[in-house]
Amino acid sequence: MIWTPQARASLGRLYAMFVKELIQLRRDRVTLAMIVGIPLIQLLLFGYAINADPKHLATALLVQDDGPLARSFIAALRATDYFDIIAAATDETDAEKLILSNRVQFVIEIPPDFGRRVIRGEKPPLLLVADATDPTATGGAVSAVTAAAASALDRELTGPLARLAQGPAPFEVQVHRRYNAAGETRRNIVPGLVGTILTMTMLIYTALSVTREIERGTMESLLAMPVRPTEIMLGKIAPYVVVGGVQMGIILIVATMLFGVPIVGSLFVLGPLTLLFITANLSVGYTFSTIAINQLQAIQMTFFFFLPNMLLSGFFFPFRGMPQWAQYVGEALPLTHYLRIVRSIMLKGSSFSDLTSDTLALGVFTLVAMSVAVMRFRQTLD
Amino acid sequence: MSAAGVAIEAEGLTKSFGGRKVVDNLTMRVERGRIHGFLGPNGSGKTTTIRMLCGLLTPDSGRGSCLGYDIRTQQNEIKRQVGYMTQRFSLYGDLSIRENLEFVARIYGLPRPVEAAREAIIRLGLDKRAEQLAGELSGGWKQRLALAACILPGPALLLLDEPTAGVDPKARRDFWDEIHSLAAGGLTVLVSTHYMDEAERCHEIAYIADGRLLAQGTIAEIVARSGLSTYVVTGPDLGALAARLKATKGVDMVAPFGMALHVAGRDAARLAAIVREFGKDAPQQWTRGEPSLEDVFIDLMTHIEARR
Repeated sequence: MIWTPQARASLGRLYAMFVKELIQLRRDRVTLAMIVGIPLIQLLLFGYAINADPKHLATALLVQDDGPLARSFIAALRATDYFDIIAAATDETDAEKLILSNRVQFVIEIPPDFGRRVIRGEKPPLLLVADATDPTATGGAVSAVTAAAASALDRELTGPLARLAQGPAPFEVQVHRRYNAAGETRRNIVPGLVGTILTMTMLIYTALSVTREIERGTMESLLAMPVRPTEIMLGKIAPYVVVGGVQMGIILIVATMLFGVPIVGSLFVLGPLTLLFITANLSVGYTFSTIAINQLQAIQMTFFFFLPNMLLSGFFFPFRGMPQWAQYVGEALPLTHYLRIVRSIMLKGSSFSDLTSDTLALGVFTLVAMSVAVMRFRQTLD
Repeated sequence: MSAAGVAIEAEGLTKSFGGRKVVDNLTMRVERGRIHGFLGPNGSGKTTTIRMLCGLLTPDSGRGSCLGYDIRTQQNEIKRQVGYMTQRFSLYGDLSIRENLEFVARIYGLPRPVEAAREAIIRLGLDKRAEQLAGELSGGWKQRLALAACILPGPALLLLDEPTAGVDPKARRDFWDEIHSLAAGGLTVLVSTHYMDEAERCHEIAYIADGRLLAQGTIAEIVARSGLSTYVVTGPDLGALAARLKATKGVDMVAPFGMALHVAGRDAARLAAIVREFGKDAPQQWTRGEPSLEDVFIDLMTHIEARR
């Protein structure tokens, strides 16, 4: 046989290593749980949540005709599961505001005298204003509007008017793709990448910070010194806010120079809000590091948090296309709010006042994460 | 509230880990300005006691105060005035000597941290190594750095947990000279050690085993209180003699010291009889000796083991 004594001895040593690793793995309960938990939870979560064919998209109506035809059209729109009519705009500025603040994805405008002009055969326009910062979500909108209008006309145009319902449609759907006229996905992806990259880098920086002190044995000295948990936390987070700022700068320069993504809004709005987002992620990472008992656990927690951020925030898939429960999960993730912020500022030119709810969400998130971290921080070696 | 002359006062301190009592009903007292040696075998609860005193562990029961501050409720005050040197080097290995000291100076809010660190470096003769990373230092230098970091904020009490473990004799001697000059300046020191020569350099000693305090006082007091009478045996065949003595009732301790054998017993009359019997027609010489501190501790430890 080929089993020389040397080979057998080598195999024996290999076996010794194998057994030792298994024992150590078995002692690490959290890692053990993650081995089963990560694939299972993530698979179930994303298998049900991801939906590339979005429905129930938030829509506002700007109705300037209250005739029967228009009302029938609105009823038909409500009947589609594509649009969720959640607001009524009073005028064009109001409609603009609704899109800028991300409350709606679409505004559907019925012009004055729409019904009368249809009957006169003037082919009046139906205006569909779409927020094309997320082009995938707008794809099906045109056909959905056309179908709704056609079914309304079928119902209303009876008797002598029935001839209008035949032949080419007696109206014209005009689509205004706002903020991304060409519907380029790059304009959607690149600002999204700003948030995704920052999430990944920031989480890792602080996730290891407390466990590192424990593993290197420096925690004992640190705890014996008169320094408070809050001071330790803020002192560990602050340097990385600067690091995050530098990373943001690099990403933005590349985004504009190489990918030609414009920055429509103000850097003075984008800057502070990005720093807030960076702080939010750093606090989450820091919280993980107060919970994890070693660096491996901290890294696993980071991944566990990072994946939903990627998939449920609206980065890969249209946020409004996800089932309601997945949207609730998404609302609890900082990246979701930051994606709205960064896309709105870079592509639409939104200002602070358009983004108050997302800013507030990031602020609350940061405070909660920091409070958990301070509470979790073990001030003694008990 | 606290007596001005007392630095550490503990009463009935108890701490368990996983159902095992590591420190059991420990009562001790350390006067200000004294060097108090803390002795006991491995795992006897020395580190746990020190950690409870500086607020790193919460006692399960009992009370205690450090510099007049309650160890349960006033940890922050204690941390500000107590320097704790851990058994394992616990400063930052990836910071230089200077950077470590400046960090400590800033944490304690010293008014001029950079100058304070520089003075500490010069005082300890570390100036040529100031920029060296702490992790690259030898054991002796690490220990000097750790001590420098402890005394930098000007504490009133030093808690040193086996500070000289793994350090060469010369460095140990320098270290103890430093400790004595600090104590002369009014600092109180509680230092745990395994070395008898170090114990003899302390003003007072506390000896614990299995979490319980077995003896406390000056060396003379402890030796006197032990009630041991000791003989020193020299001559041939000491190994065989030791084995026979150990099996003899009335002999509490037999320990070889170089070319001699120390034999001790608590019952002086009984031991004297044994000595007469063994000394008859034997090639060894028996002489009356004074019990050393080590004799006392070995006797204490033997008793503990016998009781288990």
